[in-house]
Amino acid sequence: MSIDRKAVDHVARLARLDLSEVELDVMLTELQEILGHAEQIQALDLDGVEPMSHSVPMVNSMRPDEVKLSLTQEEALANAPEVEDHRFKVPRIMEDEG
Amino acid sequence: MTQVQDLYETTVGLEIHVELSTASKMFCGCRVSFGGDPNTRTCPVCLGMPGSLPVPNEKAIEFTMKIGLALGCKIAEHSLFHRKNYFYPDMPKNYQISQYDSPLCHEGAVEISGDWGTHKVGITRVHLEEDTGKSIHIGGGGRIADSDYSLEDFNRAGTPLVEIVSEPDIRSADEARAFVTDLRATIEALGVSDVRMEEGSMRVDANVSVRLKGAKEFGAKVEVKNMNSIRSVVRALEYEEERQRKALDAGEMLVQETRHFDEKTGVTSSMRTKEYAFDYRYFPEPDMVPFEPAETWVGSIRESLPERPAARRARFAEEYGLGAKDVEVLTSSFKAAQWFEAAAAAYPGDAKKVVNWIIADLFGLLNEAGLELWESKIAPSQLANLVTLIDSGKISGKQAKLVLGGMFETGNDPEKVVAEKGLEQVSDAGAIEAVVDEVIAENADAAGKVRSGNLGTIGFLVGQVMKKSKGKANPQMVNELLRRKLS
Repeated sequence: MSIDRKAVDHVARLARLDLSEVELDVMLTELQEILGHAEQIQALDLDGVEPMSHSVPMVNSMRPDEVKLSLTQEEALANAPEVEDHRFKVPRIMEDEG
Repeated sequence: MTQVQDLYETTVGLEIHVELSTASKMFCGCRVSFGGDPNTRTCPVCLGMPGSLPVPNEKAIEFTMKIGLALGCKIAEHSLFHRKNYFYPDMPKNYQISQYDSPLCHEGAVEISGDWGTHKVGITRVHLEEDTGKSIHIGGGGRIADSDYSLEDFNRAGTPLVEIVSEPDIRSADEARAFVTDLRATIEALGVSDVRMEEGSMRVDANVSVRLKGAKEFGAKVEVKNMNSIRSVVRALEYEEERQRKALDAGEMLVQETRHFDEKTGVTSSMRTKEYAFDYRYFPEPDMVPFEPAETWVGSIRESLPERPAARRARFAEEYGLGAKDVEVLTSSFKAAQWFEAAAAAYPGDAKKVVNWIIADLFGLLNEAGLELWESKIAPSQLANLVTLIDSGKISGKQAKLVLGGMFETGNDPEKVVAEKGLEQVSDAGAIEAVVDEVIAENADAAGKVRSGNLGTIGFLVGQVMKKSKGKANPQMVNELLRRKLS
């Protein structure tokens, strides 16, 4: 499996990363190396091996349904670039943008 | 119209989101509640601050399994949370923690019934995710596409949200109504959500397609959103069904799209989003370990499940001898069913009498006041007492309507309302006889007619006695006395 520049550009767009031409080239090289590594694993006979999603041998980590103190409104909004009416003000939402 | 309908068949699948009524949010300890000052129930986790770690709420997992089991689902032996990646300002992490290919519950079924009979609607999956925040769009009439900017309140962000997906087994707007009503009553009885559609704690989206009868392929799938009540679901589906049928009739091609239902006009319109395949790049949530719910846990939840609506319907028909319409009205909500059962338990006679008073009279008052049965000031036992008062002859049916009105306003016991309004029916034979004698004396002609066998005139005399007694005389006793005296 290989990756081309178009695919890297697509992935960058999905992640909302604005990469320069030089950065795209660097990413292409690095991603190719990563996929090359994955290819080695894919070459193995993995029949009957369950896919592993987590490396910690542990299940069912939960917390009881208890209310904890929240941030104050001022604290919550402290890092907001812009605030209006005690809400985070965000630029116009373009629904159509991919 | 009928001919057109016969040519086509409709296929509907529903996607229903239900906010769970846990005390705290899905992955953090912020309080779950409706409304409130903006951004007062947030923390680093639900604001998506770097380095914060989500820890799942045990109760939310339990509630989800409750819903799944009540819908006849299997509980997954191994279940995972995934990240669903997309950018939207009401979701501060830029991904939603959801479930992908291993939901907590899968493969269930619900039995619905109506004029079209009884059939099963498959439940594909029941999974758990987190709700988003709330956006307000400023400018452009509040429409997102025309607005200048938006404001975000994250109080709701991270509220546990269950998604229920049905199989495309629903064939009409009325079947959809039955399904959603059943689902709402089921979840209400479980006590895991408010299921209030108008407040958004239950949201219904529908996939609708129409095809020629017998066609192998489904028609183009249209997703309809923004239906805020069960009535809206029915209206939107009826509109959409008709629109697609007309389009097919005119030889038009239908496209897969998302349409928005307008409550005011009753019309669906295209959301006009560009043809663009979402690329959510799901991957297992690395901050959370898998779920493998213990069999003992699942077993104890299964045992604690309340009666399902289908079983309740059957029991109401059998136990109380009620007809299908009455059963439907009384079981459309779990709380209504509970209210009725409490009234029936407090009434020694035939429960059908109580049902008649609920449906014929109480519902009228409730509708006018915009209240649900369980929200009325009248307690179930008070209604039972009212019907008992009629049975004992203390008040007539006509007086009882006035008493019910008084009870509805004040929440007072029927006995108290009767005394206050001076409505007590006179059943004292001596008192009634005196009035009867007066009336006979004053209406010699009419009395004569009855004596000579013209019994039709007796009604007039009864009316005179009732008038003289200001409606308080027991009409049955009046009738009997007149007949005896004039025979």
